[in-house]
Amino acid sequence: MGYNAGKYDVAVIGAGHAGIEAGLASARLGCKTAVFTINMDAVGNCPCNPSIGGTAKGHLVREIDALGGEMGKTADECFLQMRMLNRGKGPAVHSLRAQIDRRKYASTMKHKLEMQENLDLRQAEIISINQSESGDWLVETRMNAVFTCKTVIIATGTFLGGKIYVGEVSYESGPDGIFPASFLGESIRELGIETRRFKTGTPARVLKSSIDFSELDVQPGDEPPVPFSYDTKSLGENKVVCHISYTNEQTKDVILKNIHRSPLYAGKIEGIGPRYCPSIEDKIMRFADKPRHQLFIEPCGIDTEEMYIQGMSSSLPEEVQLEFYHTIKGLENALIMRSAYAIEYDCIDPLQLDATLEFTDYPGLYGAGQFNGSSGYEEAAAQGLIAGINAALRVKGKEPFVLDRASSYIGTLIDDLVTKGVADPYRMMTSRSEYRLILRQDNADTRLTPLGRKIGLISDSRWESFNVKQQQKKAEYKRLKKTVIAPSEELNKILVSRETSEVTTGIRLIDLIKRPQLDYESLKSIDITRPNLDPNIFEQVEIEVKYEGYIKRQEAQIEQMRRLESKSLPKNTDYSTISGLRLEAQEKLNKIKPHNIGQASRISGVSPADISVLVIWLSQLKNKG
Amino acid sequence: MLNKTIAAISTAQGAGGIGVIRISGDDAISIADRVFKGINKKPLSEYDGYKAGFGYIYDDDEKLDEAVALVFRAPHSYTGENVVELSCHGGIYITKIVLRAVLNSGAVPAEPGEFTKRAFLNGKIDLTESEAVMGIISAKGQAAARAALCCKEGNLRAKLDKIASSLIDTAAHISAWVDFPEEDVPEVEESVLIESFNNALTELNGLIKSYDSGKAVTQGINTVIVGKPNVGKSTLMNLLSGCERSIVTDIPGTTRDIIEETVTLGNVILRLSDTAGLRETDNAVEKIGVEKTRERLERCGLVIAVFDGSIPLETDDIKLLEKIKYLPAIAVINKSDLGNSLDVDKIKKYVPNIVEISAKEGIGLTLLTENVEKLCGTENFNPSDPILANERQLFKVKDSVSALQECIDALNTGFGLDAVSVALNDAIDSLLEITGKKAAESVVDAVFENFCVGK
Repeated sequence: MGYNAGKYDVAVIGAGHAGIEAGLASARLGCKTAVFTINMDAVGNCPCNPSIGGTAKGHLVREIDALGGEMGKTADECFLQMRMLNRGKGPAVHSLRAQIDRRKYASTMKHKLEMQENLDLRQAEIISINQSESGDWLVETRMNAVFTCKTVIIATGTFLGGKIYVGEVSYESGPDGIFPASFLGESIRELGIETRRFKTGTPARVLKSSIDFSELDVQPGDEPPVPFSYDTKSLGENKVVCHISYTNEQTKDVILKNIHRSPLYAGKIEGIGPRYCPSIEDKIMRFADKPRHQLFIEPCGIDTEEMYIQGMSSSLPEEVQLEFYHTIKGLENALIMRSAYAIEYDCIDPLQLDATLEFTDYPGLYGAGQFNGSSGYEEAAAQGLIAGINAALRVKGKEPFVLDRASSYIGTLIDDLVTKGVADPYRMMTSRSEYRLILRQDNADTRLTPLGRKIGLISDSRWESFNVKQQQKKAEYKRLKKTVIAPSEELNKILVSRETSEVTTGIRLIDLIKRPQLDYESLKSIDITRPNLDPNIFEQVEIEVKYEGYIKRQEAQIEQMRRLESKSLPKNTDYSTISGLRLEAQEKLNKIKPHNIGQASRISGVSPADISVLVIWLSQLKNKG
Repeated sequence: MLNKTIAAISTAQGAGGIGVIRISGDDAISIADRVFKGINKKPLSEYDGYKAGFGYIYDDDEKLDEAVALVFRAPHSYTGENVVELSCHGGIYITKIVLRAVLNSGAVPAEPGEFTKRAFLNGKIDLTESEAVMGIISAKGQAAARAALCCKEGNLRAKLDKIASSLIDTAAHISAWVDFPEEDVPEVEESVLIESFNNALTELNGLIKSYDSGKAVTQGINTVIVGKPNVGKSTLMNLLSGCERSIVTDIPGTTRDIIEETVTLGNVILRLSDTAGLRETDNAVEKIGVEKTRERLERCGLVIAVFDGSIPLETDDIKLLEKIKYLPAIAVINKSDLGNSLDVDKIKKYVPNIVEISAKEGIGLTLLTENVEKLCGTENFNPSDPILANERQLFKVKDSVSALQECIDALNTGFGLDAVSVALNDAIDSLLEITGKKAAESVVDAVFENFCVGK
């Protein structure tokens, strides 16, 4: 059965946000790569919100860019509106978010794949993967083409066994009416990989001209807009605004009256939905005393009248949706172009993966994105990039690439997935990173571009401008330390207006910047030797000066963490033979097979007592050794 | 790793009715059979777990003592291994020769705490429990045993969990507000944060404070008895310890060395050091003693300064009062049976706690006890209140306090919520480390529990 269709180094199943980064990375690293999509018009689709970034997700996009990934650049090219979220809550939690033109985003990404050397973009539904005796993977399409591949990256998103629910109606489908991958799930299970069902949902899309914006609050973008990519020099102006409205008592009444018709509450959906992304009926049921819920009306593009109603995802029947959307101010006469729906899909327990995103027990097989139990475009892209890099490194016989928690949000995301596992679709949050004062979006390039260069994803010109920037940063820091500002009426006027103490003697510029009340902007007029630099340099320097104490403390914590990480655990350890480990810990350790004591210590169910036992055991092993 | 069978005397060394020698390990029962001959002639290897036999202990052919042997079979024992406990007569000599017989029969001496360590390694107890057991082992006095048990039963854990969970709620609020800026999560009010931090600080400082009184109860408090030569320090010490240890003569300067004794006074354990009298001296030997006393003073937790009530204050007395005026001290006016020619009001200026006793006649001990309890903060000490069991726990609570202090500093100096939340995570982590959980996940869980956030 099947015909021999050729050979690839890397086969990527799926061309969503994970598949795109995976395919581009492996092709750019010189591997012959195939990217399979079930529908050529669905490459880089954004089936949910028309935006990229947001809190913590914006960090991920910057990190992907710093490592040589594509998401940030394409978001910049297709942006409609840029906002830096969380200004005023501290630099560590500043996060960039772009409203994007979703059709343009998809076609731009598709074109980049088409133009990429070493990469073949192919429309095909993959129905099975099997490992041959030689260790190669045989990837079979619905048309019976069989590709022989050294490595395979599964990035199937919500397509794998996808099933849509709207009230009493349900049918097998991928997102946006595209047909699902109905056979691959079974093939994966036959390999011995465990799968589970997760679900997610999306709100309705509404015709713009049917919305009354006259009484809604406007949410404009930042001026000037800030780009994601370190390569993007300028963005131009924001092109659209968003609007804000609220649910009310009536909305609540309609939903409560019909709650029995929700497939979730009627018990039809077994999949576990994301806690952070509850449907409107979930919000109303779980937070019954909340009088209203906020929602955003976001344009889906420049040349479309479809508007996305953020905050209002639902799986209630279509007629109920119509009724409750109409209770909302501005949406009284809304025409729903696409109904809200819930989608249930197959994914894996990511504890089966290593930090390279390779299956621990299946060499050459990788997972990325929603297939790994995560959620969100940015989380998917981040994993795609890492899986693509590691598949390529494997093909080339090189050491794998692993980011630790202290290096990045990407490292934190993957460590959480493969070490702690997930109970519901995983979303990145700033509070998930214990090192967030160091892992900022402003310094992603400083943290990661040298690693991207080493892997081979950073071009010469990018590397050169990176190094120039780093030197400028150093020089600027030096200048702040050296420059002494004499006391003057003008300076004291600034200090008084900023409610900080006046000076009578000369003061170093660095000591002024250190004051929480002052910043580069406020000192502009007295800082006459200031060079003309990329604003991002001032941003990084200012934060590092202000937060020096905190940053030093986090660096000390990182050093301690890395010491534990350096205590390697033998790969084939049978933890059930180590006496003293509690049963739960033995089971968890055998399942996750941590690479080191640090990773073991983060496994839930492994207590500090178990870690002491492991440390004692490890030291005994060494003594015997 | 655990194949060696260990043995040790597991009752307090010293005079006591019964001494227990505990043997633990794979060979515990066969080793015990080599030293113990039951009167029923049945070897211990034929005993089920939890069974006891009466008989005699032998070292080779020499009969050492009569004893009860109690057999525990793995895993149903304290250490999770085979265990035999030999209960023989108390006293240092008997227990030592019985232990020696056990060691001669194949056991190795246990390291300090090794039974508990094995219990811990065999999964019989967790970290907080093992520390509580350490507490029990070293606890002297009944109050101490009860306080240590209270931790074992989870009283301390409950208290720490309560403090941690209120901080986790605060952290979750910050996180929800930061991570979901476009949801209408209520703004985090600075005053609410400060209040939450201060509440936790009050509770934690309470625990730190009670650690000292807890320590006075469980571990004892270093106490120095000072005073001019021959005012009756040694007599007082002997009165407290109930037997004569120091050399008591009428020649000033007889006590040249520092003598240590542990005594229970009310619910406080005092680790007493009787000292050489403090006075300027040319005698070389006495000078060393005086120097040692000074060192002790700097490090002690309680000073009992003894004065002779029958003679007026002298320069040496005033010098002593100067030295101790900032220390936790009680002035004991001795020889109250010999009349009162001392300026008590003058002493009061330096040391407000004054007790008159006659050490020789044994009068005034109750008053002294009350004063000691008051000064050590144990007069209202309730052994069932949670107290920190050891220095490690104290250390973690102090870490948490300093991290919380940093949260407040960050707010006061205008740093962003990011700095506050990182310090807050540290504060929570320090607390959870005592019970073995992690902050980050707890906070994320609380976000979704408490806030309606999401796209």
